[in-house]
Amino acid sequence: MPLPIEEVKKELSTRLPDVKLRVVRDSLLIENPADLTRVALFLKESPAFRMDYLSSVTGADYLDHLESVYHLYSMEKKHGPIALRVRVPKTNAKIPSLVPVYRGAEYQEREAYDTFGILYEGHPDLRRLFMWEGFEGFPLRKDYEQEDTETLETADVAWLEARGIAVPNGMKQKAEELKAAGKRAVAQKPEKPKN
Amino acid sequence: MANTFEIKQTENPSMLEINFGPQHPSTHGVFRMNVMLEGEKVCALKPVMGYLHRNQEQIAENLPYAAIMPYTDRLDYINAMSNNFGYALAVEKLAGIEVPERAEYIRVIMAELTRIVNHMAVIGFLLNDLGAFFTPVLYAFREREKILDIFEEVSGSRMMCNYFRFGGVKRDLTAENLAAIGGIVAKLPAFLDEFEALLTKNEILCMRCQHVGVLPADFAINSSITGPVLRASGVNYDIRKVDGYSIYNRFDFKIPLGTKGDVYDRYYVRILEMRESLKILKQALSKIPQGEILNKKTLPLLKMPRNLKPSVGEAYARIESPKGELGYYLVSDGTPQPWRYHVRAPSLINLTVLEDICLGQKIADAIIILGSIDIVLGETDR
Repeated sequence: MPLPIEEVKKELSTRLPDVKLRVVRDSLLIENPADLTRVALFLKESPAFRMDYLSSVTGADYLDHLESVYHLYSMEKKHGPIALRVRVPKTNAKIPSLVPVYRGAEYQEREAYDTFGILYEGHPDLRRLFMWEGFEGFPLRKDYEQEDTETLETADVAWLEARGIAVPNGMKQKAEELKAAGKRAVAQKPEKPKN
Repeated sequence: MANTFEIKQTENPSMLEINFGPQHPSTHGVFRMNVMLEGEKVCALKPVMGYLHRNQEQIAENLPYAAIMPYTDRLDYINAMSNNFGYALAVEKLAGIEVPERAEYIRVIMAELTRIVNHMAVIGFLLNDLGAFFTPVLYAFREREKILDIFEEVSGSRMMCNYFRFGGVKRDLTAENLAAIGGIVAKLPAFLDEFEALLTKNEILCMRCQHVGVLPADFAINSSITGPVLRASGVNYDIRKVDGYSIYNRFDFKIPLGTKGDVYDRYYVRILEMRESLKILKQALSKIPQGEILNKKTLPLLKMPRNLKPSVGEAYARIESPKGELGYYLVSDGTPQPWRYHVRAPSLINLTVLEDICLGQKIADAIIILGSIDIVLGETDR
């Protein structure tokens, strides 16, 4: 049973008058990220909503900003979803963590940090989830440049040769050129497919 | 490797740090646990994921909607049909496509068969972890094989089915297919009785599983646990009933619930769920109407999949997959590829409580607790 988003907004703005809200595509955009925890806690505890179950947390990259999207349901009242979203600039992507309110956010926030680089402040253990420690970049950002797996860098050549694996001269030369130019082996992005 | 524990071995010399996996057979794939032990008792446990990470979400963001369908098979590779179901629902919600009656019935039949396949595999492997090496699992797999034969007949593949299409399914079920499914549905209760006679009151199984890995209901809800693991803790929440997606609200079935939330309840809830799935299958087989299996408006999309360009917007669709809530979050920017494609994977999120319910248990019990949570690494790591 879905909840009409306008009514949720009305209820929220009477109870939490200082929180700025905007309806974006059937979801509530919280204009100030710092208010997120308060809104979530209110929705969880308020007897009218009882949104006790956080279904999904994920990020999205909209080029000029990053977004974190939350889908809340109620297991007690069996209604939902209420979708919340928070927008932050790419350079300073800090959002308060929802782990103190919903423990289920733990791995999902770690995943969003791993793939989008959103820093969830107050998360008990914000490490990379899928990628290894020391991995550079955030692979789901639209400006992420993928490594070219067919071109070697000088470090790769050294690693292979130390293990007695012969590297063709052409590849070695290309690696030297890349190093001289101060570039990394980054894959060429395919042109946008025509619609 | 950086030390992931707050307790250091040097502080307490009787502690032992053990690395479990990623190649250990009891971790059901390439899952790794760092375990801190005192004697045999688990003092800390940290899961490490990512050994099967393929970044499916980025792959999908560079593909047209129809081409993502085969990738969903490879999420939870035991339940390809349910994964297809969730993704098809999400795209249909995004693009506003309707599904004809017969196709809905076929979808429900396939989803419930998948649930039986999954629960048989889980129970078999759980018994493997308990030390009943491969006899129960092969009993279960003998029956599972009959269902996979049907999948092969209708979709061309036993496990990677790729059977659902937006607005319907790929191929119709023939009268022979329906008769074969009817045969399975008629024979399975006898098999389940036999299986249960061997297991449910088995003294070793009861002693090993009861009061082990207890998960309290309120903690389970707060940790976003879903599926049989949640229901074993006594929370009545099944998305088939709550959302009534597809045509589930037309069937009469119960939601089996556990009382204690231990490993035994998780085992027994799955047995009961299989029996409920058989009930749904029986009703679906008797009521399935004749008619279209694919929405006519989507026929041109089969030949020109790039023409599917949903208008700008987003959709979140969720289904009750055999492992829990499987959700798909799609954002469209009006091009043939999704701007954002996200899978809410029950296997990953159900692991949130793994450490909490393993603390204080023996290391041998940690293995059956992991087995009872039921993870598939294709979905955990994506």
